[in-house]
Amino acid sequence: MEQVKERRWIPLVNNLVVSAAAVLLSLVLSAVIMAIVGYSPAAAFSAMLQGAFGSANSIANTLGKSVPLIFVGLACAFTNKGGIFNIGCEGQLYMGAFTAAITAIALQGMPRMAVILLSFGAGMLGGALVGGFNGLLKAKMQINEVIVAIMLNYIMKFFTSYWVNGPLQEEGSMIAQTASVGEENMLTKLIPKTQLTTALWIALAAAVIMYFFFARTRMGYNIRAVGENALAAQASGVAMSSTIVLTMAVSGAIAGLTGVTEVFGKTGKFVDGFSPGYGFTGIAVAVLGRNNPFGVVLSALLFGIMEAGSMKMSYVAGVSTSMINVMQGLVILFVATPNLVKFLNIGKGGK
Amino acid sequence: MNNLMQLISLNMVFTTLRLAIPLTLASIGGVFCERSGIVNLGIEGMMLFGAFGAVAGTYATGSPWLGMLVAILVGGLVGLLHATLCVRFRTNQAVSGVGINIFASGLTVVLCRAIWSSDGISGDVEQIPSVTVPLLNKIPLIGPFFTNQSPYLYFTVAIVAVSWFVMYRTKVGLRLRTIGDHPKAAATAGINVTRYRYAAVVLCGMLCGMAGSFLSIVQSNLFVKEMVAGRGYMALAATIFGGWNPLGSFLASILFAFAQAIRMNISLNIPDQFLQMIPYLLTMLVLMGVGRKVKGPQAAGDITD
Repeated sequence: MEQVKERRWIPLVNNLVVSAAAVLLSLVLSAVIMAIVGYSPAAAFSAMLQGAFGSANSIANTLGKSVPLIFVGLACAFTNKGGIFNIGCEGQLYMGAFTAAITAIALQGMPRMAVILLSFGAGMLGGALVGGFNGLLKAKMQINEVIVAIMLNYIMKFFTSYWVNGPLQEEGSMIAQTASVGEENMLTKLIPKTQLTTALWIALAAAVIMYFFFARTRMGYNIRAVGENALAAQASGVAMSSTIVLTMAVSGAIAGLTGVTEVFGKTGKFVDGFSPGYGFTGIAVAVLGRNNPFGVVLSALLFGIMEAGSMKMSYVAGVSTSMINVMQGLVILFVATPNLVKFLNIGKGGK
Repeated sequence: MNNLMQLISLNMVFTTLRLAIPLTLASIGGVFCERSGIVNLGIEGMMLFGAFGAVAGTYATGSPWLGMLVAILVGGLVGLLHATLCVRFRTNQAVSGVGINIFASGLTVVLCRAIWSSDGISGDVEQIPSVTVPLLNKIPLIGPFFTNQSPYLYFTVAIVAVSWFVMYRTKVGLRLRTIGDHPKAAATAGINVTRYRYAAVVLCGMLCGMAGSFLSIVQSNLFVKEMVAGRGYMALAATIFGGWNPLGSFLASILFAFAQAIRMNISLNIPDQFLQMIPYLLTMLVLMGVGRKVKGPQAAGDITD
C-alpha cells in the first residue's frame, strides 16, 4: 500500500527536478558562454527580467508572447503522450492561420461571434487535416512521421506563401499578406496597447481540457496506452490506426490554434512566413514541461520571459537577442538528457 | 522553345552543380549517420556552425583553407555532441537534433556580434579561389568543367566516389549497413557498434561543416545569420530520396539543385513557390512508395540495445 501511495507523486517530483535542473544548467552554461565572450551575465539576466517584468505593459507582453508557445507546446505534448513525435506543428500552424484568415475574410459583415467561431473552427480544421494526413501515412503505410512532417512543413509554408503572393494578396499592398480579418473581429485586448488578448484564456482553457482529456476520458487513456506500450495497447483492443490518426489530427488542430490566435490576436491578417519557428520551440516547451499540460504552461511562460526580455538584454548588456536561442537550445538538450542530470548528480557524490 | 534550350545550357549545368555541392556533402553525411542507426535532424545546425566556423577561422588565420579546416573541425565537434547525447546518454535523437539547430542559430549570431559588433552579419573575409586545371581545360566538351571551377566541385565528386566505395565495397561499409539494420546481430558478431556510431555521426558533422563552409567562404565571403536557410532539411530529404546511398544522395542533390536553378535562371509560367516545393513533394511521394520503394536503415532512431 505504501508503495502505491508513493508512486503518485514520485514521477511528478522527478519531472520537476529534471526540468528545474535542466533550466539551471542551461542558465549557468549560458552565463559561462557570455562571460567567455566578454559580456556581463549578471547585467544580461537582470536586464532580461527588467524587460519582461519592468512594468504592467511589459508583463502583459510577456504573457502575450507566451500564448503561442502554450498552444504549440500543448500540440507537441499531445502527440508525445501517444508516443508520436510531432515536428510538423510549423506546417500545421501555417495552414491553420491561413484557413482561419480566408474564412474570416469570406464572412465579412457577419456578426463578430459567428466570424470568430467559424474562423477558429476552420483554422483548427486546417491544422487537423495536415496533422491527420501525417498520422494517416504513419498508421496505414508505416511511414516515419518525422520525415513526412518536415516535408509537410515546407510544402505548407510554400503553399500558403503562393496564395498571399498571388491570388489572395491584399489589394494595393506591397507585403505578402491577406486582407484584414476585420478590426471588429479581433480578439479583445486584456490590456490596451499590448499583445495580451483573450487568447490567453483560450490557451489556459486548452491546457485544462487537455489535462482532463488524458486523466478522465477513455480516448485519452487509449492514447497514453499506445504511447507507453503500443503492443500491449493493441493486444488489449485499442484500434491503433484510428488512435494514431486522431492523435495527430487533434495535435494539428491545437497547432492550428497557434496560428489562428496569432492572426486574430496580433497581426489581423495572414502574413507570409509569420512564424519565427514556433513549431520547433514548441518541441522544447513540451519536453521541458514533461508533456504535462500545466508543465507546458509554465515552460511557455519561461520561454515567453526570454522572448520578451531579449530586447532589453541586448540593449543593456550588448549581447545579441539571439542569446535566448542559446539558452533555449541548451534547455532542450539538457532536459532531453535526464541521464546527464543523473550523471552529474552522481559526480557530485549525491544520489 | 527558347526556354527549353536554356534548360540544358552550360550556365544551367554549372548553376545546378554549384547548388548541389552543399546538399551532396551534407546528405552523404546524413547517409553515414542514418546507416549507423542515428537519425540526424541537426544537419541544419551543423551546417550553420560550419558556415560560421569557416568565416571565423578565415578571419583569425587569414587563410580560407584553414577556415575550411576549422569548419570541418567545428562540424565534427557538434557531431560528437550529437553522438554523445544519443549513444552515451540515450537522448531522443529527434529532440537532440532540434536542440542543436536552435542552439546553432543562437550561438552563431551571438559570436558574430561579439567578433564583428553587428547582429547577424560578419565582416568580409578572403574566399577560397576558383581553379583552372591546366591541360584538362583544353579538352573539348569537358574543358569547361575544369575551367574556373571551385575546388569544392572536385572534393565533392571525390567524396561521393570514396563514400560509395567504402559503403559497398569494404568491410567497414558492410558492417555499418548491418548496424543500421540489425544492431544486435552486429554486436553479437563482435562489431563494436558504439565505436561505429560515434565515428559515423562525427563524420556526418564534419561533412555538414564542410557543406556550411561552401556557403560562407566559397559562394560568399561572409557569414549571414541563418544563411543555411533550410538546406540542411533539404539535404536530409536528399538522403532519403537517394535511398540512403552516397551515389543516390548525389543524384538527388543534383535533381533538387536543378529545380532551384530553374527558379534562378529561367522564367517559366510556374509560380516560384511550386518550384520550391519540388524537393519536399518528391521526397514525400517516394516515401509513400510512388515509383520505386525505398527502404531505410531498419533500426534508425532506435538504439535500445
